[in-house]
Amino acid sequence: MQPVTAATAARRRAALMRYALVAPAIVIIVGFMVLPLGLMLTYSFLEPGRYGGVVWSYSPEAYIRFFFERDLDDSLVFNLAYVRIFFRSFALAFVTTLVALLIGFPAALYIAMQSPRWRNFLIFLVTVPFWTNLLVRNYAWILILREQGLINEGLLAVGVIEAPIRMIYNNFGITVGLVYSFIPFMVLPIYASLERIDFRLVEAAYDLGANRWQALRRIILPLARPGIYAGCILVFIPCLGAYVTPALLGGGRNLMIGNLIQLQFGASQNWPFGAALAFVLMAIVLLSMLFYLWRFRGRGTGGLGVG
Amino acid sequence: MTGRTRPILALAAGFALASGTAGAQAEELFLYNWTNYTSPEVIEKFEEETGIRVVIDTYTSNDDLMARLQAGGAGYDVAVPSDSYVQRLIEEDLLIPFDATELENFANVMAPHDAPFYDPERMYSAPYMLGTTGIAYDSAVIDGEELPHSWDVIFNPREEFQGEIAMLDNIDEVAYAAAFYIGAEDVCTEDPDEWQQIQDVLMAQRDHVKLYNSSGTHDAMIAGEVLMHQMWNGAAHRAFSEKDTIRYLYPEEGVVFWMDNFVIPEGAQNVENAKKFINFMMSPEAAGLSSNYSGYMSAIRGADAYLNEELQASPMVNMPEEYSERLTMPPPCGDRHVELRDRVWTRLMQ
Repeated sequence: MQPVTAATAARRRAALMRYALVAPAIVIIVGFMVLPLGLMLTYSFLEPGRYGGVVWSYSPEAYIRFFFERDLDDSLVFNLAYVRIFFRSFALAFVTTLVALLIGFPAALYIAMQSPRWRNFLIFLVTVPFWTNLLVRNYAWILILREQGLINEGLLAVGVIEAPIRMIYNNFGITVGLVYSFIPFMVLPIYASLERIDFRLVEAAYDLGANRWQALRRIILPLARPGIYAGCILVFIPCLGAYVTPALLGGGRNLMIGNLIQLQFGASQNWPFGAALAFVLMAIVLLSMLFYLWRFRGRGTGGLGVG
Repeated sequence: MTGRTRPILALAAGFALASGTAGAQAEELFLYNWTNYTSPEVIEKFEEETGIRVVIDTYTSNDDLMARLQAGGAGYDVAVPSDSYVQRLIEEDLLIPFDATELENFANVMAPHDAPFYDPERMYSAPYMLGTTGIAYDSAVIDGEELPHSWDVIFNPREEFQGEIAMLDNIDEVAYAAAFYIGAEDVCTEDPDEWQQIQDVLMAQRDHVKLYNSSGTHDAMIAGEVLMHQMWNGAAHRAFSEKDTIRYLYPEEGVVFWMDNFVIPEGAQNVENAKKFINFMMSPEAAGLSSNYSGYMSAIRGADAYLNEELQASPMVNMPEEYSERLTMPPPCGDRHVELRDRVWTRLMQ
């Protein structure tokens, strides 16, 4: 029965092929996600070593410490410091995402409506800042925003203001820096979803009597929704862990989660607590994503596009 | 030198070492030093005076040096590790004792550099260059008036400086300064009451602080972003060379510093030459000329006479001797200190 054996062999080969094709993905997931996260989780339940590192003995202290704190005299008191730092980080990340969306969406829409060649050039321009180091770009913002900076000097010279405006070393400075740093992550996915829109639909909307605002709201926005969601997530989550921008443009006066974690692995030599902080952050992000999926399942168009 | 970089100098020196013969020649000395840290002029003078040929190899971090010496030396006769690394090298038996106090020029060493915590008897090491953490301010704001050398100036600032102050964004430097200010027994204090006072001082100061910053500190002063900055002396000197109204204070309550030291690594082939060299380097002339080259200050009395005009005029480099008693070098602080420090810092920045 030649044809049957051939079919079995072919099926077997196909199965093998499938495993072979999946293997790299599994290796990547295990090697780059499961292992590091497992290590981090393990570390968060250990005791801190003398000069950094960990001692291999179980301790939940790192998690207790997130809410409670031993006072300077070692009594246990309820502690809002870390919660406050988390809250600030979420608030700043939220505002940044909102501003990035308000600027990024019109920009993406504008690009999507250009001729293909011009479009590609504009998208290329969006990615240009990535050619330079983030640190350097944030320094540039210091030179622009500070009281002796370009904007203030310019406004003073023209006579619009009489004294320099404080635009840096506060939340405003951090927000400007974060929006600037992450806005390409908003523009690119939105552009990707807008680019696929058949603009004849918009013409059809006009024909049916829609004005520009209605066309935008009823046609373009729903179709761009996956890109908008993806963009918001891509901006919001890295913002939470931002480290360079708050340190430079915020004047280091208020810690954000990223700075707090860095401090634990650096000067404070408490790796378990650093790992626990990173884990709490990740848990919050994961839970809110799950909530989002559960709450809005089936209502979105084609899911998030990103994990 | 921990954490402070020097630009790269001659790599050529490294190759010269490879061609040196292993056999102990009384006329040779193998020096292993940081890059951009050995004055050619001084080496020339030493060679002329003693007839010993100096071969130089360089490194850029204490860890490089440690690794090289742990790997079984490389026949270096003199190396230049920083403070706590000297202690580690002693503990690992990687140094040859030579009793620096026996050397003729050791008499030129200013206190407290004659008895550091990492080698209190100076049995294994002799001082080379050092740097301090003090306060820089722009005297132009107060019509050239001189402020007292005290941490009070920055923790309890007068009106002109309020809101125009920067502290280093280094938890340890800020904690040391506050510990000095409250008069703590030990900069590595572990006493809860003292930490309470430190916290109060830092909290009260916070409203006057514009930023906590450790990068481009000199630029922040030159541009006028802040009018007062807790600062390392090297940066203060750079700021001063651009803006001569900038002053640098060595607070009388205490100043922390780092220091690099000459040592003789285990396996050195020319110990006598090494001693001659170290002795030579502690002469006022060699120390002064070395400062001219590196821009850092030495621990040698009388070296100021040999400084060039720029350094001569710079109080950041040419420290008056009476201030040298204010200098403290904290050993690595204990767990308890680090933990309390972290709590206070988190509260400060929450």
